[in-house]
Amino acid sequence: MAMAMRIRNAASRRAMSPISGDFSLRSMSSWWKNVEPAPKDPILGVTEAFLADPSPDKVNVGVGAYRDDNGKPVVLECVREAERRIAGSSFMEYLPMGGSVKMVEETLKLAYGDNSEFIKDKRIAAVQSLSGTGACRLFADFHKRFRPDSQIYIPVPTWSNHHNIWRDAQVTQKTYHYYHPETKGLNFSGLMDDVKNAPEGSFFLLHACAHNPTGVDPTEEQWREISQLFKAKNHFAFFDMAYQGFASGDPAKDAKSIRIFLEDGHHIGISQSYAKNMGLYGQRVGCLSVLCEDEKQAVTVKSQLQQLARPMYSNPPLHGAQIVSTILGDPELKSLWLKEVKIMADRIIGMRTTLRESLEKLGSPLSWEHVTKQIGMFCYSGLTPEQVDRLTSEYHIYMTRNGRISMAGVTTGNVGYLANAIHEVTKSS
Amino acid sequence: MDSVFSKVVRAPEDPILGVTVAYNNDPSPAKINLGVGAYRTEEGKPLVLDVVRRAEQQLVNDPSRIKEYIPIVGIADFNKLSAKLILGADSPAIKENRVTTTQCLSGTGSLRVGAEFLKLHYHQSVIFIPKPTWGNHPKIFNLAGLSVEYYRYYDPATRGLDFQGLLEDLGAAPSGAIVLLHACAHNPTGVDPTPEQWEQIRQLMRSKSLLPFFDSAYQGFASGSLDTDAQSVRTFVADGGECLIAQSYAKNMGLYGERVGALSIVCKSADVASKVESQVKLVVRPMYSSPPIHGASIVATILKSSDMYNDWTIELKGMADRIISMRKQLFEALKTKGTPGDWSHIIKQIGMFTFTGLNKEQVAFMTKEFHVYMTSDGRISMAGLSSKTVPHLVEAIHAAVTQVV
Repeated sequence: MAMAMRIRNAASRRAMSPISGDFSLRSMSSWWKNVEPAPKDPILGVTEAFLADPSPDKVNVGVGAYRDDNGKPVVLECVREAERRIAGSSFMEYLPMGGSVKMVEETLKLAYGDNSEFIKDKRIAAVQSLSGTGACRLFADFHKRFRPDSQIYIPVPTWSNHHNIWRDAQVTQKTYHYYHPETKGLNFSGLMDDVKNAPEGSFFLLHACAHNPTGVDPTEEQWREISQLFKAKNHFAFFDMAYQGFASGDPAKDAKSIRIFLEDGHHIGISQSYAKNMGLYGQRVGCLSVLCEDEKQAVTVKSQLQQLARPMYSNPPLHGAQIVSTILGDPELKSLWLKEVKIMADRIIGMRTTLRESLEKLGSPLSWEHVTKQIGMFCYSGLTPEQVDRLTSEYHIYMTRNGRISMAGVTTGNVGYLANAIHEVTKSS
Repeated sequence: MDSVFSKVVRAPEDPILGVTVAYNNDPSPAKINLGVGAYRTEEGKPLVLDVVRRAEQQLVNDPSRIKEYIPIVGIADFNKLSAKLILGADSPAIKENRVTTTQCLSGTGSLRVGAEFLKLHYHQSVIFIPKPTWGNHPKIFNLAGLSVEYYRYYDPATRGLDFQGLLEDLGAAPSGAIVLLHACAHNPTGVDPTPEQWEQIRQLMRSKSLLPFFDSAYQGFASGSLDTDAQSVRTFVADGGECLIAQSYAKNMGLYGERVGALSIVCKSADVASKVESQVKLVVRPMYSSPPIHGASIVATILKSSDMYNDWTIELKGMADRIISMRKQLFEALKTKGTPGDWSHIIKQIGMFTFTGLNKEQVAFMTKEFHVYMTSDGRISMAGLSSKTVPHLVEAIHAAVTQVV
């Protein structure tokens, strides 16, 4: 059980029996002396360790932040231009609790389709959120408040913060089969069994595309079957879409799973993030949407989402939303953005091919087919925690201990070094 | 297919933010918005501080700037400088590394993260908040899982501080209870304790081991002096005890929409502060992962440069002075008009807001007949007034007080 959970339980026990004693200022000790140091975040802790490493050979394939072929972070040209236009703006006032209306409108078009009937009919309750994390957390809080009887099913494995989010929202969590270690692909029958056996009306967290950390996505055919089974079981589908455009290079293609569910009549929820596909990581821009029965219900649901946002941060930050609106609201800038997204996606696809070929050329006894079959920012390499530790201690290569490689950190400059190191720690497998 | 949320009912409008919504929908040219606490110039326009524009331009022109995730606790420079701002550059707590500061989403975010931390790690889960207080305070603490109790604060009879009531209520609080204190410019009343009263509050709280949680949303905005407005916090920290502080840059740097703030936790030792920081990160990560970069970068740019810092203090004093002058104008105008009642509280209260003493019915009357918008508790934002609009407001108050009881 997570440290924080134990501490939460301990604190509530302690609150029931107040401490008594001498409270003179001089002898008073800290209120916090029983606070234990928290474990480092498994993902963000990797970058911290990388930064602290003095080795000139070090490679960071840990956190999912895009790098160009020189290993440098990228600010998209469309973003720089948008910022030039925004600078000097006379507006720095509070956004509404639901965020920038313009930004939300444009964002819904990306997920639901430019000509979506749901947008026309105003059936979508949507609010600007603090990137994907914030959207998931708002939805989890909403889920807890209005459907406390039900639970959320989370795939195994998933982004580690998903568990933290639903736990802190106090929503009961269950898991469903997803990744198949033997094939390094999808455990489709396991997934379908879990969907079938879950109580009717359960909530499921689905990665819309480019599953994090595995890079393993269902095929279109499989998505259709999942959707049909969801219908039969009356399940609620919540999509976390953090990589639209980043997976295949084509945003419409990357939203296919969502479009299938919409065609089949599901009332879904979606978390969207601009962290990766617009490179707006630190701006914390995203959107939470919930498709409702009608406009009236959408207004209602939105009002309740706002009630949850108000005591968390009052209203969302302005700057990132202005960047998104400026880009998506201008056809030229939007088209530049689409080009730049495709360049990022293509570079990653290219690196996948190069990494796989390099390992094969080195004569690796293992199959590295999965490197090119998986999609998106991450490759679930199949490396064990011990092998990962060796990569770090012997080769100064940093990744999360589940063997997840951020392909965005791979460059023509380091792919050879990376392939060699992986080969060295796996060749006796 | 039926929605799984079909039983959800419509939430009421936020009482404060809803005022601006109603104001925006009003077509009358005479309308005045005295609702939300956002500064307005004498021309009734929002203000982006000059020093903020300069800082922003600097950032835009710097091609080496990237937009990656910042650490979970935010920008290091920003955090250090924010702690210095509220605690003073020579604070022993800072020198001894006993302060952990986390960049958060303005005051709201700082309060929420602090409250969630307390729920997990503090032995008491009750927080005492003043009556009245900012409408969002009880919601923040409730959602964090704390239970909320009230201590007396505002005395409607004097339109000042109910100091006796405050001492009694805090004196009766269970040992170790958390106490929310408005560092200066109490919202919504504008009524602050005197330095002598603060000293008594401090002694009482320390004797009962009550944990102070300061909400500092108006530093510099109340008196015009950043140091003066931080005195309450600094006297508590000077006694070596622990406390939490939520800072906001929304008003004093005009960065409202960028959501810039900081949560500082002053601990007994550096070792404790470090462990506390690691636990605060666990609260933040499942809430929004890491804070937004833009606003905090602007603040850090300004606080780091002694020129920009000085320019900021001048602009800040300008805003505070305009508000103080609005108070004087409104008070004089009501006196001249002969509006019944004692209106001296308008010049005795401090900060952005005046608690007029008008009741709900009078407020509704003023909105309907005079298109004057304020929250239903009679709170007016002085920042929304100008020399041009004072006469209209006086007409409205006079009519309300004489025609509606």
